[in-house]
Order: sequence, then structure tokens, then C-alpha cells
Amino acid sequence: MQPDTLPMITLMTDVVRIRFDDVGVDFPTANGPMRVVDGVNLDVRQGEFVSIIGPSGCGKTTLMNMVGGFVKPTRGVVLLDNSPVVGPGPDRGVIFQEYGVFPWLTVRGNVEFGLRLAANGKHAPRRDAIVDRYLALMGLADFADHYPKHLSGGMRQRLALARAYAVQPEFLLMDEPFGALDAQTRSAMQDLLLHVLATEGKTVLLITHSVDEAIYLSSRIVVVTARPARVRTIIDVPFAYPRHESIHEDHRFAELRAQIRALVMEEYEAQAKQAAPAAVR
Amino acid sequence: MVDSTFVTLQPQARHPLHRVALIAAPWLAIVVLWYAVRASGLVNPALVPAPHAVLAKFVELARDRLGLDVWMSTERVFVGVFLGVLVAVPVGFAIGWYRSVRTFVDPLINFFRALPPIALIPLVIVYFGIGEVAKIAILFYASFFAGVIVMVEGIGQISPIYVRVAETLGASDAEIFTRVIVPLAVPHILTAVRVALGVAWATLVASELIAAQQGLGALIQNASSFFQLDIIYVGIICIGLIALAMDLLLRAATRRLVAWQDRIA
Repeated sequence: MQPDTLPMITLMTDVVRIRFDDVGVDFPTANGPMRVVDGVNLDVRQGEFVSIIGPSGCGKTTLMNMVGGFVKPTRGVVLLDNSPVVGPGPDRGVIFQEYGVFPWLTVRGNVEFGLRLAANGKHAPRRDAIVDRYLALMGLADFADHYPKHLSGGMRQRLALARAYAVQPEFLLMDEPFGALDAQTRSAMQDLLLHVLATEGKTVLLITHSVDEAIYLSSRIVVVTARPARVRTIIDVPFAYPRHESIHEDHRFAELRAQIRALVMEEYEAQAKQAAPAAVR
Repeated sequence: MVDSTFVTLQPQARHPLHRVALIAAPWLAIVVLWYAVRASGLVNPALVPAPHAVLAKFVELARDRLGLDVWMSTERVFVGVFLGVLVAVPVGFAIGWYRSVRTFVDPLINFFRALPPIALIPLVIVYFGIGEVAKIAILFYASFFAGVIVMVEGIGQISPIYVRVAETLGASDAEIFTRVIVPLAVPHILTAVRVALGVAWATLVASELIAAQQGLGALIQNASSFFQLDIIYVGIICIGLIALAMDLLLRAATRRLVAWQDRIA
């Protein structure tokens, strides 16, 4: 492979890429505005893998949607390289739990989709090489001409990942990407993700329910509270990259899991007590 | 081409003649039932012409005016459906895509859809006369409302995630429309055409009640004035066969155009 076809590996540095600055979000409801996110401050640095973990329905996805450009903060500001997020863009690859694979395009057509858009014209000359590279990397080369209806859940998620990578984003935003997969496929996808990130690093924000997944993949874990989402604790994960499955057996992994699980369970209980969606005042 | 392993796996596809027999069987059953009803004496045989008599009449008419009748009716249905769907696609799209539009247009659509086209014939005669325009107007009305309903339902079911994904990949609004929404709308447009064709054929006789000289509806109408039951049967069977042929053609087109769909009509 020519050197210029290989994207630069993103090294972990102290440069802040994503900053939540005292961010709050209210959603309008029939009973008045509902506070979904409150007073969140968080910095994500270059090359970091940050997981956000917390009870379902607490507002985690809203945090990611603000970085993705789908939701505007009601208070405070979300900064991307020191500029407020104004909308979605190809610099941020988003992976959704429901894949969002385009059913009317073949596997190759899906990966090519972003590269055929005007916004990614700079990659157009190398389009075929880029597409082939990610089809091979995600193990989809043999299925290039198939329609997604023939693919399993794991393959669809790999396709979504290939499609996001193809436009060379600097950020990867993942909203419970492996939540719909069975345990074995999920574990294989985690390893694949680590492998891809080892060759082409990104600054990653992952929303997850799984404590094990968060520890295995992340450099830092943000535990958020029951709704409205606030930062409860930020935990550094002490394992170096590249990581191997064997870290699951490490005693520090077990300790970390116990510690985080206890925090998350507390927040789940708090969330369960919010029987009815409480309005602000 | 059929793979040999498939042939052994699917016994019903063992022989092409087998398939032909399966397709022909229900039709033969109808013919047999038809003869049986005549023979049973339950119905006055004078009121039920025999299948062979209808066939003979068909051959006789085919040498005379039937070709023109079929052509006129098919043309009217085509023009009515073409215009109806042409307008139904953008209107149905707008209503299905913009929920705010839907809330106040829905009752309107349901009001007009519920009106049988036949009930409108007196008004159509007043406003459009009894010429070709009047017949096309009735067929247009029938196809438009059938098509609009299909489009609204279909477009309303499109998941917003595809638009979101396209946005994150850098698509502009125009790119989202041409590369995401149009491909997703194609299967619904094809369904709209199929449904509109069905409704239009059903409405054809009504539209040709308006003083038509040619057309299958006119053929049936004239025959009924003279109590020519065999001709009525010929007309009805022709309408059914043409509708069937069009549906088969459209299904074949659908299979080619939207091979990506999970289930194909």
C-alpha cells in the first residue's frame, strides 16, 4: 500500500477536541420542559476513547447527539476544536445501534455513498482504493455486490463502520453500536474495533450499557447520573493499547468492573424511582 | 437458469409441464363449475351462456370491433392512471413526509376517497360533457386517490435514520433528496401504480357509461341493452385478462427495479 493511502494514525495527545462547557438540555413535553442534561462539563482529548455509561433513558444519547449536531444545547455550549457544533458533518462518523445501512445499495454502494457526495470530493480520486481497503478491513470483500438483506446483524454493523470510516472522519461517535448483537458477535466486533483503531486511530465517544465493554475499549469512562444526566465520576482505565482479550482476566479489570457496576446500579435505581417524567417545576 | 440442485429440492418445479398444470388448474375448475351450473338446472340455461358459446362470440367479436374496444379502454386507463399517479406522487409525498401537512389534509383525502367515482358521473357530465375528457377525468379521480393513499402510507413509513446517516456523511439537502429519499420512494411509486391500475380498471365500465361508442365498458353497456349475455361475458373476461396481464408486467418490472427489497410484491 502506498504511504499516502494509509491515513495517519491519530496519537493520543493533550489537545482537547470535544468540550462540553456547562451544557444543559431541556426537552419540551406536555407538562412543560423536561430537563434531560444538566451542567455537564467534559473534555475529550485527541485520540482518546471515552465511554459514557449510565441508566437507560438518562440522556446519554442526547450528549452524543449534541456532538453529532442533531441536538442543540439549551444552556452552555458543545465545542469541537474550540468552535460550537453547528450541525452534522463528515468529520464526525456516527454509528447507530440500528445500523442505518442503506437497503437499496449493495455493500460496495453503501461504503461508496459518502465518497460520492460533494462534501467529500477531495477523496474522490482514491475512491476505489478507499472502498476496497475498508471492505477488506471489515471482512466484507466477498459480499461487495450483495444487498444488505443478505447480511447478518454483525455484518451490517461492520458495513456501517466501513461506511463511516470511508469518509475519513476524525471522530467516531457510537450510540450503543453493539447492543443488538449476540454475545459472541459483540465480542468479535469489539476486537475488530480495537484492531481498526490500532491501525487508524480516531477520537472516540461511545455510549454503552455494558460495563465490560466500556472497560475493555476505553481509555476513560464517564459515569452519568439518572435523568437529568450529569457527570457523576470519570474513571481512567489503566490498560495500555493495543489491548488483548486477556485483560478480562486481570484483577484490576475485576476491581474496576465492581466499582463501576456499583455506581451504575445506584443510578439505575435512582432512574427507576422517577416513575413519571418529572417536569422542571 | 435453474440450478439442478434446486430442481431436486423443489419437487413442484420438477417439470415445466407440472407448473403449467398447476397454473391452469384453477381456471379449468372455473370452466367446469360454469358448465356444472348450467347442467344442474339451478339457473335457467338461457341466462348462463355456455363457455364454448362465449368463446365463439369472442372469436366473432375479435374479427369485428373487439380490437378497437380493447385499445380504447386500455388507452383511457393508461392516460387516467398516468395523470393520476403523476399528480399523486408529489402530493402523496408531501403529505407523507411533512407530518404537519398530514394532520389537516388527511380528513380531506379520506372524504374524497370515500366517494365512489360512479356517484360523480352526473357532475362530470355537467362540467366536462360526454367526450373523452369526461372519461379520463373519472379515471384520473379514481387513480389519484388510490395512488395518494399508497404514497402517504409508504412515505410515512420511511425511517428517518437513513436521512440522519446521510447527514453525518456530509450529504446536502439536495443529495439527501436524490440519493436517499427518491430510491426509498420508488417501491411505493410502483405500488401506487399497481393499486391505481386495479382501481382504474374497476372504474372503467363506469366511465364508459358516459355515452361511449367504443371501449369494453361500452361493449358491455350496449350488450346489456339488447340482453346479449354472451357479449357481456366476453367484455368482462377481457377486462379481467388485461388487468391481469398489466399486473404481471408491473410485478416483473418491480422485481427488476427494487431487487434490494426484503419482500417483493
